[in-house]
Amino acid sequence: MSSHAAPRAARDATSPPGPVLAVDGLSVGYRTGHGTKTAVRNVSFELGPGQVLALVGESGSGKSTIGHAILGLLPVGGRVLSGAVRYQGRTISDLSGDRLRALRGRAISLIPQDPTVSLDPVRRVGPQVEDALRLHTSLDTEARRARVHELFELVGFHHVERRYRQFPHELSGGMRQRVLIAAAVAAEPDVIVADEPTSGLDATVQAQVLDLIDDLRRRSGTAVLLITHDLGVAADRSDLVGVLRDGRLAELAPTASFVRNPRDEYSRHLLDNVPSRLSFTRDRAGRAPSERPEEPAVEVTNLSKHYGGHTAVDDVSFTVPRGRTFSIVGESGSGKSTTARVLTGLTRPTAGQVSVLGTQLGALSTKAFRPLRRDVQIVFQNPYASFDPRFDVLSVVEEPLRSFQPAGSSRRHRRENRDRVAAALEAASLPASFLHRHPRELSGGQRQRVAIARALVLEPKVVVLDEPISALDVSVQAQILELLVTLQSELGLTYVFISHDLAVVRAISDRVAVMRRGRIVEQGDIAQVFERPASPYTAELLGAIAGRRLAHR
Amino acid sequence: MARHLLKRLAHAVLVLWAAYTLAFILLTALPGNAIANLINNPQNQLTPEDGKILKAFYGLDHPVVVQYLRALDALLHGNLGYSLSNGVKVSDLLGDALPGTLRLTALGFVFGAVIAAAVGVAGSYTRWNWLRTLLRSVPALAASVPSFVVGILILSGFSFELHLIPAVDNGTLLALVGPAFTLGIMISAPLSQVFSASIEATRRQPFVHVLQARGAGERYIFGHGVLRNSSLPVLTMLGLAMGELIAGSVVTEAVFARNGIGQITLNAVNTQDLPVVQGVVLVATTGYVLVNLVVDVVHPLIDPRIRADILAGRAKRIKRSTGATPVGPGVDEAMAPRLPEEVATR
Repeated sequence: MSSHAAPRAARDATSPPGPVLAVDGLSVGYRTGHGTKTAVRNVSFELGPGQVLALVGESGSGKSTIGHAILGLLPVGGRVLSGAVRYQGRTISDLSGDRLRALRGRAISLIPQDPTVSLDPVRRVGPQVEDALRLHTSLDTEARRARVHELFELVGFHHVERRYRQFPHELSGGMRQRVLIAAAVAAEPDVIVADEPTSGLDATVQAQVLDLIDDLRRRSGTAVLLITHDLGVAADRSDLVGVLRDGRLAELAPTASFVRNPRDEYSRHLLDNVPSRLSFTRDRAGRAPSERPEEPAVEVTNLSKHYGGHTAVDDVSFTVPRGRTFSIVGESGSGKSTTARVLTGLTRPTAGQVSVLGTQLGALSTKAFRPLRRDVQIVFQNPYASFDPRFDVLSVVEEPLRSFQPAGSSRRHRRENRDRVAAALEAASLPASFLHRHPRELSGGQRQRVAIARALVLEPKVVVLDEPISALDVSVQAQILELLVTLQSELGLTYVFISHDLAVVRAISDRVAVMRRGRIVEQGDIAQVFERPASPYTAELLGAIAGRRLAHR
Repeated sequence: MARHLLKRLAHAVLVLWAAYTLAFILLTALPGNAIANLINNPQNQLTPEDGKILKAFYGLDHPVVVQYLRALDALLHGNLGYSLSNGVKVSDLLGDALPGTLRLTALGFVFGAVIAAAVGVAGSYTRWNWLRTLLRSVPALAASVPSFVVGILILSGFSFELHLIPAVDNGTLLALVGPAFTLGIMISAPLSQVFSASIEATRRQPFVHVLQARGAGERYIFGHGVLRNSSLPVLTMLGLAMGELIAGSVVTEAVFARNGIGQITLNAVNTQDLPVVQGVVLVATTGYVLVNLVVDVVHPLIDPRIRADILAGRAKRIKRSTGATPVGPGVDEAMAPRLPEEVATR
């Protein structure tokens, strides 16, 4: 983690020039079928040299639209309705064509959202970084190449010529983001718009990438507009925080005072919903591990799973007591989802024993597994993809019931099924009026509630939750987590919770296992693992959690 | 890489054999052939003995399996047999006709590629909406008009009305323009449809947005990113268009009264001259297979991801056949374990 004091020192040395970027009463609208929909309303802020302003907000709050408007790259149909964007005192929001292009990349550059799709897949990465130089400088081929080598060293690459010649698919996500950062700083811009620069990256890689942006900014005095949904990242990495809600700036404050004492009610609401601040976290921490040996719901012994020559899960053992939450954390490719798939019978283990509710899974054929499927349900990260688009909510939730009823008996069970579906929806805090809505009309959080209702309708005993809240906004995350906690205490459910997000895991789990490259590197009670990690890898993961400034008030 | 090539080559040989065999089965299953027609024609007044001698001469008195094996054996020795209607060696017949058809298809191919590129690019980049709409509907129209109609329209317009090009083959290059243009229009239709769809898809990719944010204009983005990405599906389509080119040359040669493989095919089918039809099938399949072999070789040169797959021994044909280039992390990539940083760095 880099220090947070340094940017202030740098700024003091160069003060007090005017703002390098000013957004003044900006409103942006999109043309739709029926008139113009306003996405950003009357937003104003200023950004001084070397400053970091974090724009936070939930999806649809307009934070990305502001970033696009500053670069003059609004999607088709988007238009600045009023207000202005000023770069070094000069209005740029009314420029177009060549004059705007001359500013993009040189004065204001972009670090894009998803590094895996932001590089041209069929070009070597070196020339892609060179684009910025070719467009904005008169350097010749040799000089450009030399400069790219320099930039690659700057972003932490060692074999720069080899990197220069590699293709995007040969680089990991974090390395691709380094390439994109090199391209963003190539022409020495004064402002960088970083639009969710670490979404989709693992926590440790996220920390490295954010450190790099921090470091470059300190060296060159570049101002950064950091657009993020992650309040933790905003709190750790910015001088100023702007909270957006429905296109309006709800609050704009220095980060330190924002974290300590948010003035706006919505800001307070967001901060209260950060996983590390959730109220039931503390309740759970107080729950002492029971003295008597608990009855196990899931027992996994020496489980391994190979795909071809690749080992996805390697000699894993753990036990989940009944009515408790066992979490598996790890970065992408650690084998956590494969473990979940084995537990739910979606994949067979290559070796080892898996016992769920006293039944050995390994030997079961798909058919013999069916009775157990009533008791073991799974909820996925993206429920929408697992809903038949023609079904309404009733049919989606009823489907598992029907699959356990003899074919042709649907009429007989109609009444009963309907009541059970309504009960499941109610358990998931959805009104019965949702029965005939279609999943496409629902928000992300509502869809996840439907998915939970579908898992509950068979009255299972074990629910495997595979990243159930990763795709949701922070306040919705909090609601779903709370729902899960309530359901567990009411129905005595056993959860196996799969997540990459340690803050969330801490909020919900009793026990946790940390996986890396198919192995469990550490497992134990949640408090023990989080407070006294035995493995250096766990410590590294914990160190990479964003939002340490939020956790301690 | 060499192994990959050998494998593709083996596939090509397999396809040739399969096409030849399939054609043989189909043709023998049909009632009648040139010799049977000769014998059964009452005007010829052949005695049954004469018929037997004729059948024996052409090897038609053997069981079908023996006929097939004999033909295959002869083929392996480079002998395609003799025409049943005039006794000329099939290889000579085809050898004489091939250059003309090759010239025609080659020029047709060039026309097709140029038209497709122009329509695809102009249709995607024009500022005028009416032109965009026009250029997007023309390929669909061209694809649904039979090539003989196009040929006749060109013939009546450019030859009979404007007298720009000769109506019959007089051996000049100018005489080639009419039929080649007909062929070109035909194959350009699917090519330009795929090309513009693929340009559109590529321009929606996030990396194009990033290039814009770097300060690049449309022309720069097209030259440095869009062109290469969107040419991948077109390349696949080129291989398929080869089939149309061959089929189209039959019709076109008939309409423009040109000598060539097309004319020979027409005559051979009319007279049920089996060895000649077999020869034509073989030549056409060879052309098709060769072009697709080239496509297979060129593909990894353009797309490093396919190259990597080949080098790693996992040739994924799926990527080739998809309409728009799958750029983001596909299912397979998402499922694959990501290498930890230090391993990826090597």
